[in-house]
Amino acid sequence: MSLFKSREALLAGAILVLLALIASRFPAFIAPDNLARVFTDTSPLLILALGQTVVILTRCIDLSVAANLALTGMVCAMLNAAMPGVPVVVILLIAVTLGAVMGMVNGLLVWKLAIPSIVVTLGTMTIYRGTIFLISDGAWVNAHEMSAAFTGFPRATVLGLPMLAWFGILAAVVMIVMIRSTPLGRAFYAVGGNPHAAVYTGISVGRTQFWAFTLSGALAGLCGYLWVARYAVAYVDIAGGFELEVVAACVIGGISIAGGAGTILGTILGALFLGIVKNALPVVDISPFWQMAISGTAIIVAVTLNTRNTKRKGRIILRRAQEQTEGATA
Amino acid sequence: MQLSVESRQFDSPRSDISDTPVLALRDITKTFPGVKALDGVSLELFPGQVTALIGENGAGKSTLVKTLTGIYQPDSGTIHVAGAPVTFATAQDASVAGITAIHQETVLFDELTVAENIFIGHAPRGRFGLIDWKAMRSRAAYILARIDADLDPDTPLRDLGIASKHLVAIARALSVDARVVVMDEPTAALSHKEIEELYDLVDRLKAEGRAILFISHKFDEVFRIADRYTVFRDGTHVGAGLMADVTEGDLVRLMVGRDVNQIFPERRKAPGDDVLKVVGYAHPTEFENINFTLRRGEILGFYGLVGAGRSEVMQALFGITKPSKGVTQIDGQIKVIRSPAEAVEAGIVYVPEDRGKQGAVIGLPIFQNVTLPSLTQTSRSGFLRLSEEFALAREYTERLDLRAAALDQDVGNLSGGNQQKVVIAKWLATKPRVIILDEPTKGIDIGSKAAVHAFMAELAAQGLSVIMVSSEIPEVLGMSDRVIVMREGLIAAELEGDDLTPETLVRFAAGIGESA
Amino acid sequence: MSDASLTPRRIPDRLHSPAARLLGSWELLLLVVAVAIFIANSLASPYFLNAWNLSDATFNFTEKAMIAFAMALLIIAGEIDLSVASIIALASTAMGAAASVGVGTPGLIVVGLATGLACGAFNGALVTRLGLPSIVVTIGTMSLFRGISFIVLGDGAYRDYPSDFAYFGQGYVFWVISFEFVLFAVLAVIYYVLLHRTNFGRTVYAIGNNATAAQFSGIRVARVKFILFLLTGLMSGVAAICLTSRLGSTRPSIGMGWELEVVTMVVLGGVSILGGAGSIPGVVIAAFVMGLVTFGLGLLNVPGIVMSIFIGLMLIGVIALPRLWKMWRK
Repeated sequence: MSLFKSREALLAGAILVLLALIASRFPAFIAPDNLARVFTDTSPLLILALGQTVVILTRCIDLSVAANLALTGMVCAMLNAAMPGVPVVVILLIAVTLGAVMGMVNGLLVWKLAIPSIVVTLGTMTIYRGTIFLISDGAWVNAHEMSAAFTGFPRATVLGLPMLAWFGILAAVVMIVMIRSTPLGRAFYAVGGNPHAAVYTGISVGRTQFWAFTLSGALAGLCGYLWVARYAVAYVDIAGGFELEVVAACVIGGISIAGGAGTILGTILGALFLGIVKNALPVVDISPFWQMAISGTAIIVAVTLNTRNTKRKGRIILRRAQEQTEGATA
Repeated sequence: MQLSVESRQFDSPRSDISDTPVLALRDITKTFPGVKALDGVSLELFPGQVTALIGENGAGKSTLVKTLTGIYQPDSGTIHVAGAPVTFATAQDASVAGITAIHQETVLFDELTVAENIFIGHAPRGRFGLIDWKAMRSRAAYILARIDADLDPDTPLRDLGIASKHLVAIARALSVDARVVVMDEPTAALSHKEIEELYDLVDRLKAEGRAILFISHKFDEVFRIADRYTVFRDGTHVGAGLMADVTEGDLVRLMVGRDVNQIFPERRKAPGDDVLKVVGYAHPTEFENINFTLRRGEILGFYGLVGAGRSEVMQALFGITKPSKGVTQIDGQIKVIRSPAEAVEAGIVYVPEDRGKQGAVIGLPIFQNVTLPSLTQTSRSGFLRLSEEFALAREYTERLDLRAAALDQDVGNLSGGNQQKVVIAKWLATKPRVIILDEPTKGIDIGSKAAVHAFMAELAAQGLSVIMVSSEIPEVLGMSDRVIVMREGLIAAELEGDDLTPETLVRFAAGIGESA
Repeated sequence: MSDASLTPRRIPDRLHSPAARLLGSWELLLLVVAVAIFIANSLASPYFLNAWNLSDATFNFTEKAMIAFAMALLIIAGEIDLSVASIIALASTAMGAAASVGVGTPGLIVVGLATGLACGAFNGALVTRLGLPSIVVTIGTMSLFRGISFIVLGDGAYRDYPSDFAYFGQGYVFWVISFEFVLFAVLAVIYYVLLHRTNFGRTVYAIGNNATAAQFSGIRVARVKFILFLLTGLMSGVAAICLTSRLGSTRPSIGMGWELEVVTMVVLGGVSILGGAGSIPGVVIAAFVMGLVTFGLGLLNVPGIVMSIFIGLMLIGVIALPRLWKMWRK
């Protein structure tokens, strides 16, 4: 248990050091309202990373999340522009449903046709993105075409936090409970950790992966509306390349690309790390052009550290060695 | 066959034996591409009794277990539970029907805790259908206590040793209220003391009226705990009956289909000079203090229980793993071997136990498998010469009497025995000094087995030095000039001549008669 | 032994004649698709069958295909490099920086190739020395390499290339035959020979089918993989030279998103994303298919983003349809 926890502890420590460094020169950065602003800004990344986490846990990858987000966002924006009277709750439902359906398409191709997920989502990524152009004719939906309720919702504050941040918190809590205390949540680990053994316990590998993609899609759909409403604009290229930032958050958070290992807490920390870096750069007067290189370095460092931790040491056969390991766990 | 007693034909001599089977399989057939794994087999299990399923590797025992537990679906045949016909689409279905199994392979999850491994798939649920962790922990603790396993339910499985993991697998099988408990070679990885504890557990399960299917090829064990037996050979049912009615010799004849001492080729034993010398091999966790020599034209057997460290020593010799200490000498010269490539250059080759993962490159054609380590021989300045590749591949595969449709056929379409021949042909084409064969006949049919044995003898007669790792006592005794017995990563004995008996092998391998 | 007493059976070399194998091959199917697209395009647009137009069309795929050849080998060996487009950016930036201090064309070539090799070596070392999963490593270096370009250039650009540098991307060897097309053809032959006619190529297949068994057969798996990463880096450097020369300028966003198009080309060419199977002719035909689709739809004024839908559908369709057909027949 100690080793497992340490991965998250290490990352939490790195985040605290980072905050301390920034605060030593710019104390305003760690003022509560600024931290809340940073968290709100990081929420879409966090929500998508939570979905990506379950997909990666099952030994898959979902490269279509950003395209899914953009398509759902465009549909919501166009719906709002055409029928401003539709309440936000309905739009939220439509967004989540549409996103989930797109996730299901990925999941079905992976499950029923056994196509590798990287190929499936590479394909659906371009298809979803292209579809935005087809439905919008390449036109933008701008702020003035959207209703005040539509754009106001993510920014509306409840208990001092904007709705966007609350959605981030809600998604995190729901995912923690789901992962920890539902059979499906445990099946994600089982399928990724040992797919062969999962079959022996009656868990269908394909079906579990299908639900992982569905979840990832639903969360991407949710973000689609939140994103478009927050920035009050929808066009073909929104969140372009964001899928890789999402994967980066997971990897930094210690989710093993080989599947079956990692925690939701890790993902949350990974997303926060990237969010803090992004928001701190302009504050500490470093060009925002540094952000890309920093997140790239963070990915490489994180995956190097995580792999070191889990490197196999060979079988334990010698009695002496056996006693040592048993002793260490007791 | 003098022993073809069908289980339904005998009159029960014991009053406590029930005649109604709780589980009955009839005419089960299961085919895989190229192999008929089960051919119309039947099996009956009775409450409160242990039925031993006996058969050689490749006889179809594991396929039957997987059919019984819903992992495989049979092509034809019926399964009846308590008289009612059932079909198992998934492992879950079999579990619901009260059939549980301790599988041979580890079917556990390293990232989950002990408690979860016991209950995954049927975890206790609490409010809102969420997993009730508290109940799961306490129930896990209860089951673990029942089998005297001193394990914390919250420990992640990856922190446990092999023996402890096995206890978790047993606890998992007991976590459902099972009518039928299948144990697929449950003692393979256990120490002597743990095996005794397992026997106690089997006795308790019997007393509770559960039917037990006990798969093993250790005869002492079968005679110790089983009430009935069923024997499979090459995927067919060749006999069943009461243990009380048979002797070990009867079972061996049923299992093998002929007398044991006829299997092995005659060998002239005249080993020459020392070829390979291993001095002071050690590894942090796998083995230590390994010293032995291998002579020209000799077959050196390595015997031990599964997991005694034999394969690990061989893989270190072949450059797969790095020993922390030790020296390899060939013809008196020290060779540094850090990779298989260097081992092949030094003249040491290795036929691994895990043929599908480490031996044959499935997906590549036969001839490409054979020429893979010899490409410099069959090419001109790095460019392939297909005609020479085919010629080299033909030379060695035909020497081994390979049965294949064509040399460009995918090696994955061959039977296990023929795949093994391809792997051996691959190495012979490199003209090695020392060939290491790790469980060379495991899971291959009897015909191929004899061919592999005959060929080993021929190789040794031609002056090649052979190391044979084997867990099959007849094979070890029948083939080896000398035998090294390993136990818990150490050399327990080196046996030769009259010392070489089944009893000495078992005694040293299990450490009987020494202080534990 | 009864077996040994038999005269050895003679095993034929081949089960099917080469012609029969060609008939059932992926490459032939793809070729039929390519011809069909060619004919459809000729019928759909009067401008299609024009030597200069067709020559222009080749620029749609030549640079990507150069990388795709090396990527095909890498994917056949069971690894992947998602950083190729970022290597283009970094190599182009390095050349731009060199050009701005007056380095001549031969020097620029050296800088471009050396940058590519260095990036490939970095990826290769992380994967083979530290044993990290290539997909994560190259998602990391993808951010890192392009991130460095962003740090160097920000929103600026390099434009001061020597005039003779333009030849690589804009020059013609003979009539409508461009330098790039000739280079593409030469590289196709080189990679064909390397993969299909050398010991090295054979080991690539062996590693992709079963890296463990290949290692157990005495193949130096890590070294072969490292060389493949070097080659992929080198080809990205070559592509950077051509692209930079063609555009005449370097921005940090140069070649953005190309990694996925290159992977698509490779997979469309019949290379298994799981490794172990594929051919260079397949990739060559896939390059033409993608180029023809893009060009043909372009002539019909279909925007690029919509063409990407076709590419995405093809990517999934070519794998899904045979599997669906098999399921349907059962």
